[in-house]
Amino acid sequence: MTSLWPQIEPILAHVAKPARYIGCEDGAVELGPLDGRVSWLLMYPDAYEVGLPNQGLQILYEILNERPDARAERSYAPWTDMEAEMRRRGVPLFSVDSHHAAGDFDVLAFNLSAELVYTNLLNCVDLAGVPVRSEQRRPEHPVVMAGGHCTFNPEPLADFVDAFVIGDGEEVVGEITDALVAWKASGRTEGSRLHLLRDLATIPGVYVPAAYDVVYDGPRLVSVTPRWPGVPERVEKRTIADLGAWPYPRHQLVPMTEVVHDRLNVEIFRGCTRGCRFCQAGMITRPVRERPAEQVLEMASAGLARTGYDEVALTSLSSADFSGIDSTVRGIIDDPACRGQVSVSLPSLRVDAFTVGVASQIQKIRRTGLTFAPEAGTWRMRQVINKLIREEDLYGAVESAFSQGWRRVKLYFLTGLPTETDEDTLGIAELARNCVAVGRHHQKGVSVTASVGGFVPKPQTPFQWFGQATVGELQHRIGLLRDATKRERGVQLRWHDPKATLAEGIASRGDRRVGAVIEDVWRQGGVFQEWSEHFSVDLWTESMARHGLSVDWYVHRTRDQDEVLPWGHISAGLHDDFLWQEWQDALAAAGTPDCRWTPCYDCGACTGFGLEHVVASNVAPAGGSQGTGQDLSAGGDVPVFLRPKAGAPA
Amino acid sequence: MNDRVRLRIRFSKLGKIRWTSHRDLARMWERAFRRVDLPLAYSEGFTPRPRVSFGLALPTGHESVAEFLDVELTGIEGVDLAALGTRLSAALPVGVDATAVAVLAPGSPSLQEDVTSCSWRWTAAAAEGAERPQLEEVRLRVASVLAAPSTPIARNRKGVERVEDIRPGILGLEVVEESEDGVVLSAELAAAPRAVRPADVIAALGPGLEERHVRRTNQWILRHGARREPLDVAPDDAPAVPHALERAS
Repeated sequence: MTSLWPQIEPILAHVAKPARYIGCEDGAVELGPLDGRVSWLLMYPDAYEVGLPNQGLQILYEILNERPDARAERSYAPWTDMEAEMRRRGVPLFSVDSHHAAGDFDVLAFNLSAELVYTNLLNCVDLAGVPVRSEQRRPEHPVVMAGGHCTFNPEPLADFVDAFVIGDGEEVVGEITDALVAWKASGRTEGSRLHLLRDLATIPGVYVPAAYDVVYDGPRLVSVTPRWPGVPERVEKRTIADLGAWPYPRHQLVPMTEVVHDRLNVEIFRGCTRGCRFCQAGMITRPVRERPAEQVLEMASAGLARTGYDEVALTSLSSADFSGIDSTVRGIIDDPACRGQVSVSLPSLRVDAFTVGVASQIQKIRRTGLTFAPEAGTWRMRQVINKLIREEDLYGAVESAFSQGWRRVKLYFLTGLPTETDEDTLGIAELARNCVAVGRHHQKGVSVTASVGGFVPKPQTPFQWFGQATVGELQHRIGLLRDATKRERGVQLRWHDPKATLAEGIASRGDRRVGAVIEDVWRQGGVFQEWSEHFSVDLWTESMARHGLSVDWYVHRTRDQDEVLPWGHISAGLHDDFLWQEWQDALAAAGTPDCRWTPCYDCGACTGFGLEHVVASNVAPAGGSQGTGQDLSAGGDVPVFLRPKAGAPA
Repeated sequence: MNDRVRLRIRFSKLGKIRWTSHRDLARMWERAFRRVDLPLAYSEGFTPRPRVSFGLALPTGHESVAEFLDVELTGIEGVDLAALGTRLSAALPVGVDATAVAVLAPGSPSLQEDVTSCSWRWTAAAAEGAERPQLEEVRLRVASVLAAPSTPIARNRKGVERVEDIRPGILGLEVVEESEDGVVLSAELAAAPRAVRPADVIAALGPGLEERHVRRTNQWILRHGARREPLDVAPDDAPAVPHALERAS
């Protein structure tokens, strides 16, 4: 139970980026040897520089360390060079805070933000010296838990994770700690593990796969039903009602080495009602809960002073939608403590000129590039996916950007969407070309990058029934765009590897049987599958074949309404008929407006939890169409009306 | 512009933090300067950066009690120089401490131009699979390097392997003592025209050795033919290195 640092340190001279393994972050908690408190090891199963900034993990790190009966440390997936040295020298996975062996903790709790990290989860459990399969774990082994967006379909990892947390973790980690305190007090004797799992399975928002029987009929899933008394038939997600009651992280970690998003982050709201049908995050995090503006200012001001950062990001799924974003941004910039040296960034820019106006206030100096996500190339396609921004919105945004000194614009698109035709795909090239033309009125040598990703249908969204496009179809669509933009000076095309899209599809909508494939891919050495230098699609497809599972059936097949979905016993609070109606509306190319500014269509998220959207203003901010497809250039002065479903844009 | 002032700061880098890179260190300092609210002078252009210049980069993994940087301020009014080192140390990560601060005379050469050599202390330990080096054997190897007219070693510079003679850059080299995991060496190595590093000396000493616990103890400039430290502060005036950090790992 002592620090492994003396064994770790000699390895560091032989690996790349040794600072990944030292901890030492500003804000990290000083903890001595493991003691009687429940010890959590919070794990992000990807490289340190990707995992360290994760806000969810940092929030739980603080909340747990504030409890007298718990302590939390952190760990990240060691890069392959480090792993090789660790295995060769017999050094197990360790925490970066006090360099204790991972296997000595009571809980290994994983944050799952992307499906392709699943094999890294297995690798980390194995490196900790813990059996990868839940059923083989003994009383001396830690409990393996997971939370994060991917747990809205927990089934592919059901054989490896003892308990999943569905939804917001702030409150439930305390309830889980209480159960773990009792388990530790019981002496973790033979059989106590089962008692613990039974306790955990009765905590709202906690899903214990061992508590459910799964029945198949051939390839079809027939049912997933509780095996133990007191276990819910359907596990409802946890939702914190008031973001203002959770001003975390209070002490954001400042890493000593380069990481992604190396800046102060302040979460300004959780949830999104734009209703983009492809977006899992938007569907599973409803309702909208804004942080009070004064608290945002306090957190930014205190955080900047404490960390010495010169950039603060106001994070959310669509930050320009925050009520009074304008005055909040100005409040930060005018804060005397910032002395004009602080820049504010809005990582998810809405597509309209108003947003660019806000951006121009805050990026007075560093105007290099702006990114927008129109997601699809034609209005028809954007109605299908319910991203109701008009072409005028985009051109207005781009015009505003180029006229105010930005030199590069990046546009994000999806391809392989439901009902997508060649014309829809080519609309992407058309939009990019028109954006270059708009920019040329203001600058020579403008650059527009169109970045195209293959669409992966996600559980708990209206597109959960959709048969994902094949690698061949995605290649055809990318080919169309390459030909269409080849001779276009000013348009740069970037695309995501369709083979990675396929592997993500296998893991996203898989059932428990896909677990064997994940284990197989891991055993064949398939770690860091998010990284193109390590990704191998053959590992996935060959393993599917070895286990008699059809890629076509799991990935490319469109599901029926009456099909039992593998994640049907997990609920994000959305009514099944709402999701199905949205899917039908998508196929009819009919949009659904943002319910913050139009009447409620009862998706279930508010009513199910007795909550309402917590927003400071219920009128739409000025500019653009605000995701309604209507002209709202004057903002809140124009009453927003509920359009008939099949209507054309106003 | 005339009231701009350059400060020279001496600092140490000890313990776990030594595994951060030179670039990492530069970012730590930028954040610390902002935290203590120094009136930094910024560069012009699209991405204004504070004007901070470091001397010779310390290789990742090496410790030092003799690192230096120069930072430009828009003015010195209201800056309590006597307290600045302590305030900076509090704003810097554990293991990085400002040990002396002084105002540079206008027109002083930069650290890059000025530093001619560095003193180092480190352990020659056993390379993987080799026997632990014996004191007498290391003494013999050191004597033979010092006696040789030239010491060609293969050095990898930006991916290109070249054989270079490092003998002119070894200004001093001696065996200090036997330690737990090898033999402790100290050396004064040239910083220019080509910097010689402890790893180069280990290579010159022959097979079976690996450098460990490398620590830069001094950087030297030449003034009127005499060797001096780059800061106009007598070493005894500077606060001692915090004792706890001497053996932080």
